[in-house]
Amino acid sequence: MNNSISIQTKDFSLADEVALLEQDNEIDGAVVTFTGRVRNQNEGLKVSGLFLEHYPGMTELSLEKIITSAKERWNIGRIKIIHRVGQLKIGEQIVFVGVTSKHRQDAFAANEFIMDFLKVKAPFWKKELTEEGEKWLGARSTDNDKAKQWC
Amino acid sequence: MIKIVFFAALREQLDCAELTVPAADIATINQLKQVLVGLNPLWQTYFENKALLSAVNHDMVDGEHSIKSGDEVAFFPPVTGG
Repeated sequence: MNNSISIQTKDFSLADEVALLEQDNEIDGAVVTFTGRVRNQNEGLKVSGLFLEHYPGMTELSLEKIITSAKERWNIGRIKIIHRVGQLKIGEQIVFVGVTSKHRQDAFAANEFIMDFLKVKAPFWKKELTEEGEKWLGARSTDNDKAKQWC
Repeated sequence: MIKIVFFAALREQLDCAELTVPAADIATINQLKQVLVGLNPLWQTYFENKALLSAVNHDMVDGEHSIKSGDEVAFFPPVTGG
C-alpha cells in the first residue's frame, strides 16, 4: 500500500494506521501523522456535534490529485488519507493523514501540504450542531491563504 | 442531457439534490447557470454568488469551462472538510 484513501463513516485507530505505514517498510525512517478532531466550540458558539457531507467520486479523485502533487514535490514513501463522513460527536476523529519518508523533512512538508489542499480542494462540507441550531460552515479565508503559499 | 448535482447548503437552499437538462444550446458552465435560473427564477441569488464552486465530471472548473451532453456538473459552496 503506497497510497491509500478511505472515505468512511466508522472511526479509525491511530495505532493501526501507523502500524500499516511501518509494516514491511524498512527504507523509511520518518512517519508523520496528523489527526483532526471535532471541537466543542467554533466562532464563539458552543458546538455539540458535526455532520459531514461529501461528493462521492470527486472526493477520491481530488485526494488522488493532491497525493500526486505531493509525490512530485517530495521524496516520500507511503501516504494514507482517511476522512470520515456522517454524524460525528465532540472529540471524535475526523481526518487522518499519514506520510512516510526516508528523512523527516519530506514527510513533515508533504503532510502539511496534503492537509492544506484537502481543506480547499476536497469536496467535503461540515454542518455544525450549535446552541443556535444547525449551521453549515463557511470557508475560512485563512485556509485559502495557507494553500496559496505552496503554489 | 446534462446531469446536475447540488451539495450541502446549496442543495438545501434550492431544495433539490439533482436534475437533468437537455444539453442543446448550453456550451459553458455560465450558460448552464442562466438556464437553471430560467427554470426557477428564485434560484438567481444562489447562482449569482461569486463563492459558488462548480465541477465537471469530478473536476473543479470555472464558469467559462465548456460542457457537453453526458457530462455530470456539480454546484456547491466552498468546501469545509478536514
